Amino acid sequence: MPARIEPLAITTYSATSALGHGLAAHLEALRNARGGLRANDFSSAPLECRIGRVTGVEDAALPAPLAHWDCRNNRLAWLGLQQDGLMEAVSNAVDRHGATRVALVLGTSTASIGSTEDAYRRLDDGHFPEDLRRPEIHTPHSLAAFVADATGITGPALTISTACSSSAKVFASAERLIRLGLVDAALVGGVDTLCDSVLFGFRSLELVSTQVCRPFDAHRDGISIGEAAAFAVLERAEAAPHAPRLLGHGESSDAYHMSTPHPEGRGAQAALEDALARAGIDADAVDYVNLHGTATLKNDEVEAKLLPRFATRTRASSTKGFTGHTLGAAGALEAVFALLAIEHGMVPPNLGCSEPMPEAAPWLALQPSGQRVDIALSNSFGFGGNNSCLVFGRGSPA
Amino acid sequence: MNAPLALRVTGIGAWAPGAPDWQRLRDILRGAAAAAGDAPTRPTGAILPAAERRRAPDGVRLAADVAAQATGMAGIDPATVPCVFGSTHGEVAITDYVCETLARAPLDLSPTKFHNSVLNAPAGYWTIATGCTAASSAVTAHHRSFAAGLLEAATFACAEDTPVLFASCEAASTGPLADMTRTTLAFGVALLLHPAATEGARLRLVLHAAAAAPLPVLALPAVAGDNPANAEALAVLSALAHARPTHLRLPLSSGLSLDMEITP
Repeated sequence: MPARIEPLAITTYSATSALGHGLAAHLEALRNARGGLRANDFSSAPLECRIGRVTGVEDAALPAPLAHWDCRNNRLAWLGLQQDGLMEAVSNAVDRHGATRVALVLGTSTASIGSTEDAYRRLDDGHFPEDLRRPEIHTPHSLAAFVADATGITGPALTISTACSSSAKVFASAERLIRLGLVDAALVGGVDTLCDSVLFGFRSLELVSTQVCRPFDAHRDGISIGEAAAFAVLERAEAAPHAPRLLGHGESSDAYHMSTPHPEGRGAQAALEDALARAGIDADAVDYVNLHGTATLKNDEVEAKLLPRFATRTRASSTKGFTGHTLGAAGALEAVFALLAIEHGMVPPNLGCSEPMPEAAPWLALQPSGQRVDIALSNSFGFGGNNSCLVFGRGSPA
Repeated sequence: MNAPLALRVTGIGAWAPGAPDWQRLRDILRGAAAAAGDAPTRPTGAILPAAERRRAPDGVRLAADVAAQATGMAGIDPATVPCVFGSTHGEVAITDYVCETLARAPLDLSPTKFHNSVLNAPAGYWTIATGCTAASSAVTAHHRSFAAGLLEAATFACAEDTPVLFASCEAASTGPLADMTRTTLAFGVALLLHPAATEGARLRLVLHAAAAAPLPVLALPAVAGDNPANAEALAVLSALAHARPTHLRLPLSSGLSLDMEITP
């Protein structure tokens, strides 16, 4: 088992999703069990399903000096960066530590592939149309390269793209960079936007529900796809003693199948144990678990097998019924939900579940509830059997 | 400045057109051999189980081939070795297929091709083939993918005190997307990075707070094309092939570079 790590402060964080722009909108939605999914009005051809679309992305024009980065995914990133003082927090970290001492580690599953799809729909004699002949947006690094340019961060910049665990793993990578003294702070996060690739791709795997997704419901029948931008600024704990903490992280591989989880949740279990060991806590200490809970038959069946590891007082929920599965952004978005639970004494409900799977029922929070949360955990599992688990905790009392 | 990341390279893998393994490429780099005219034109993916191999695109086979060479040379069981797979664009042929199909008949998209389209397909297939349950990752940084991926792998190895497999692989581009990429040839390299080994070339990495110019592409266009990640990988392999002390400075950002000392 890995050794305990020094906790890091999360000095600023934010999310933009189908629930709205910024933390206040998310908190209000979680407290009132107000979901954000709507009928699919996005795909280039009709597809019956619900989606978690962010309003206002199309209007979030990039400033002129950044205009060459323009694409829907970078507009969502830009919109996300304007919330909750993120830009100021990054600029502060750059001022205090130096631009090269701040790392940028972002997760995305499809980055700006929506623009590549668009180019293929509008080919000009076999070539990309003039307005889309911009190599920098037809790469999976488009998001991080844009955010580096937009924030002035010149430290190590990396995109992690491990499907639906992408933006959970960014916390682990950033923690290692800070632990080794390569940098003093990091902007981490994830952004993924709706695109045909994921809508028709998950449909081809018969994993998309036509209804609002129902995580951990006995009659669940697939995912709803969403989009989101979520970010967090990490620094050493002494920089912000009262800020919530990243306590631990765990990563593992299933070594089982490209698109189906290990039936006994072997990899998920390993990631969980790894994360608890790094945090130096027992599973009994966990107050809230934000489950991956995609609402596919297999994911929820396997993930439910992890729940007996926790005390029955531990509350657990998937928030996919609120936002849809935001894929490469899900890790960071759900890290934000875990942080909101800690900072606002609130357990997000498992929206969309009316008949809980008996195996999960003792732990599932079906209704919003106010309660103290000192330690919150978030699970993220991706294609290729790629698992990540994060542990967050409360900062020192003010 | 940070303390240097100090590692040993205990295993090396490589694949290029005409050079299907590290021994062949090493001889080419030393000027002792030419690219083999009869060498396989596609990576084999021999380590993949038959069912996986049938479904695996060339980029996955490429990554599996170089990774297997590196772990084989290091004499290490891949099952417990964390791995980091880097690439500038991932599998362009699959992205090309997905985008072309979506533009024409979105409901015809193949589920296998869709799950092969994720950047972590090589990591997924590799961990399945080797029973590796350790952490696996897939990373990219456009033209800085080699340097940024190497830094990620080295950071993991030093922070967690574990050997780490790093592979940097570019599959050949096809279709209209090829205009936007610079990956004309398949090329892959894998390095087994070990923080505690006593054998193998020494690698010391330090972050240097200044920009660096991109490395010139080595005079082996037939081997590595003009992809910047391949140029960097080839420079490292060249130092290892000649077993001569080498200092490289690889760009990481507009204000940062990765200083790399290789000592045989």
